[in-house]
Amino acid sequence: MSELVDLTAAQAAESVRAGDLSPAELLSAYRERAEADELGAFLWLPEDPPGAAGETVAGAPAAGDAPLAGVPLAVKDIFCVEGAPTTAASLILEGYRPPYTATAVERLAAAGAPMLGKTNMDEFAMGSSNENSAYAPVRNPWSVDRVPGGSSGGSAAAVAGGLAPWSIGTDTGGSIRQPASLCGLVGLKPTYGAVSRYGMIAFASSLDQCGPITRDVTDAALLLRHLVAGGRDPCDSTSVDFPEEIQLPSSERLDGLRVGVVSELSEASTIDTGVKAVFDATLERIEELGGGVEQISLPHSEHGLSAYYVLAPAEASANLSRYDGVRFGLRSGDGDLLSLYERTRADGFGDEVKRRIMLGTYALSSGYYEAYYGRAQRVRTKIAEDFRAAFERVDLVVTPTSPSVAFRLGERTADPMAMYMSDFCTVPMSLAGLPAISIPAGLSEGLPVGFQITGPAFSENRILAAAHALAQAIGFDSSPARGKAGAPAR
Amino acid sequence: MTTLTTTPAERAYEPVIGLEIHVQLRTRTKMFCGCALSFGDEPNTHTCPVCLGHPGTLPVPNAEAIHFALMIGLALECELAPRSIFHRKNYFYPDLPKGYQISQFDIPLWRSGRLGDVRVHRVHLEEDAAKLVHAGASGRIHGAEASVVDFNRGGTPLVEIVTEPDLSSPEQAGEWLRLLRATLKRLGVSDVNMDEGSLRCDANVSIRPAGTATLGTKTELKNMNSFRFLERGIAAEVVRQEEIVSAGGKIEQETLHFDPQTGALSSLRSKEESHDYRYFPEPDLVPVAPTEAMLDRARAALPELPAARAQRLEREPGLPTDTARLLAFRSDLGDFYESALGADGATDPRTLASWVTVELVARLGDVDPADSPVAPEALAELVRLVSTRSVSGSAAKEVLDAMVADGGRPEAIVAERGLGLAAADELETIVDRAIEANPDAVEKVRAGMGKAMGAIVGAVMRETKGRADGGEVQRMVRERLGLG
Repeated sequence: MSELVDLTAAQAAESVRAGDLSPAELLSAYRERAEADELGAFLWLPEDPPGAAGETVAGAPAAGDAPLAGVPLAVKDIFCVEGAPTTAASLILEGYRPPYTATAVERLAAAGAPMLGKTNMDEFAMGSSNENSAYAPVRNPWSVDRVPGGSSGGSAAAVAGGLAPWSIGTDTGGSIRQPASLCGLVGLKPTYGAVSRYGMIAFASSLDQCGPITRDVTDAALLLRHLVAGGRDPCDSTSVDFPEEIQLPSSERLDGLRVGVVSELSEASTIDTGVKAVFDATLERIEELGGGVEQISLPHSEHGLSAYYVLAPAEASANLSRYDGVRFGLRSGDGDLLSLYERTRADGFGDEVKRRIMLGTYALSSGYYEAYYGRAQRVRTKIAEDFRAAFERVDLVVTPTSPSVAFRLGERTADPMAMYMSDFCTVPMSLAGLPAISIPAGLSEGLPVGFQITGPAFSENRILAAAHALAQAIGFDSSPARGKAGAPAR
Repeated sequence: MTTLTTTPAERAYEPVIGLEIHVQLRTRTKMFCGCALSFGDEPNTHTCPVCLGHPGTLPVPNAEAIHFALMIGLALECELAPRSIFHRKNYFYPDLPKGYQISQFDIPLWRSGRLGDVRVHRVHLEEDAAKLVHAGASGRIHGAEASVVDFNRGGTPLVEIVTEPDLSSPEQAGEWLRLLRATLKRLGVSDVNMDEGSLRCDANVSIRPAGTATLGTKTELKNMNSFRFLERGIAAEVVRQEEIVSAGGKIEQETLHFDPQTGALSSLRSKEESHDYRYFPEPDLVPVAPTEAMLDRARAALPELPAARAQRLEREPGLPTDTARLLAFRSDLGDFYESALGADGATDPRTLASWVTVELVARLGDVDPADSPVAPEALAELVRLVSTRSVSGSAAKEVLDAMVADGGRPEAIVAERGLGLAAADELETIVDRAIEANPDAVEKVRAGMGKAMGAIVGAVMRETKGRADGGEVQRMVRERLGLG
């Protein structure tokens, strides 16, 4: 069985197609491991596992001849699945079972990736360590006293810990890329609008995107292909048709590729030296593979974090107003309307969620709107312009993904600012709506270090191709047990 | 109940009034989801995850609602925003499932229009709230024993129309709202039923020294759900403000509730208590950017509007202003009238108009005559029978009664009921009998007491059962008495 769970999802699908493996075997192997979860990665597993009754929760057959061959998928608990508990790791949604299924989950299920279970996360995707889950923190399979990152920490830990072949998460300011980085995985945030947000519980609507967290670049490409293949979702007005088919990457060289290193994000004092060393070594690899590396500037990117922590809480403050105890989820209070609102929200939301609702409410208040929300929007525009200018000179832009490797549980919980700094390198791309991938590039202190590659809107194929070539050359082993032992020297 | 002096010359202050009108559009489905619109259906039977504000749901704008809103803006001669945007208007209330209303804020779909002599400030699209029903004596949420929510109405497309403060009396406000209502009805974009809430009106009211151009502090009167309440509410508020200002007081900016039962105005909230709605652009929607094709389609869908129709009817057949307006504002009457006019070219247009707006309306009330048994060509025929003196005016009214009850052609009814005018020889005989039977009256008529003629004519009418023309009978009596 250990061999089976060592396969990447694409390899597992290949074995199914070759007749060496059945979807049921695959599912029960992962199901068994997910049931024995000691990482806190899963919040819920179906009582009747998908495939057992020949059906997935989303209703599609887990057939071996489907494109994704029945390889089961770990789904962040932010995605609504009809009839399945969906909490966004918040007490306020305890017991809530949505009456419908998210487009992303439905499309992947239809392509043959049934839902394995719902994964843990920071409450309403607000956090960078998964310690803001109302249910349990998640542990990093590389070192169980460390965080897996967040907010898609459960999805990352499940894949890194071999409890799931692959997963989907959501990324608002880094919530796919940062946990992928901290768990030695590939995490891709697609271009804003590429993947439907319908059924994805909103944190900050203008930033939220669904994307894959996988063991390698090919798996990420495969999931993305089926996330966008259905075209624009009529249920999401901000979704668009992806202009081309997502290719499974095969390139091993980077000849002629112009890569820009963002000085403001890569040279910053916030970047740990161990992370910087891996980053610099990766730049050398790019040159070895035929790519050209040059320094570029995104002058406004340093202000990305400040703008983000105005805009995202502002949108969140409205997005979370619907949790009022009237129609679904938790209801507290003594029957009076005001106490219904106040007690439900006081009891139901955790500290970080309350902090952001207050921040956002303040930023939108009459008299402060221009100074905060208005100015943050202008910074956002400037950052997008910076990227546009950069992509006139280079094909791709690179930075470290996270300023540090996985930190210890509890290390940053008392200091929200330190926690917010985790998103320093990932937020500018989110603000600009650009696609970005994090791939594991090596170890520091025995822990994975991610390398972030960003391209223009809808350049996912270019990003995946480069990420694939680079990952092949790096040869990172995504299994914590083997990876720690036989990792590249750097 | 206070009354308002309406003669401007007598007044120290003049009212300045602007209206805010909410119009429920009669689209097939809701503004941002696929639920059917309904009225009076069993509660919570037209809902879905989107209009219930379930987690993860997203709004998708209704193309038909945008089409209707484009028609409205064109009809009100507004200027289009090339890209208007939706905002979120944030507040907590149980009838607002998302905790915010999707509305338009600083860039509405339309601006700067006009209807009649009132300028339109803006026209924008939004979604309606759900309906709250409060159990208990108060009938309002405060003091209610329990409140329940019916989400059927939640998410109904609304167009909000805001006027400039161009109205200067309650009556003018009522009159203008009637024109707007007729226009929207003619466009076919709304049921515009104030009872059912598909047309709702708030009024902004201030006063200023008569003849000046300053604007005073305004108050907002909420939800006056009939034309009469609108006029009474504004009138009461103007009086209230006049009393305060005359006594040296200051008007407080506040929102007021008008109770039509008592005529009392009560404060809903003061300026200090006013909500901070924390508007910001709705990130779930892209801007509304109407294409030329969308505008062409909206233009092509515009019918002749009431204001234009009233002008035309006044000009072409030369109808009196009031009649022309009535026919134009009630387009069902106008359509019936023009159809009758077309059916019988020999009918006098003015007489026909009077029969439609007076006699027919007296019998049908608000019912669309097209839904009655009376055919337009039948009414035209009846009017012609009167004008050719084939039937008397009073008999014709009896014929119309029969037509309203059972339909049918006037000539057939006249024949069947023997309502045709009495033939000349028959009438002569009857007149002679009446003269013989009323010697006193004859004496008085001969003596020059014209009033006594009534008794003789009355006798003739009684005997002919109204099948005689009063004037003709008088003429015959005078002739017989040698007074001709």
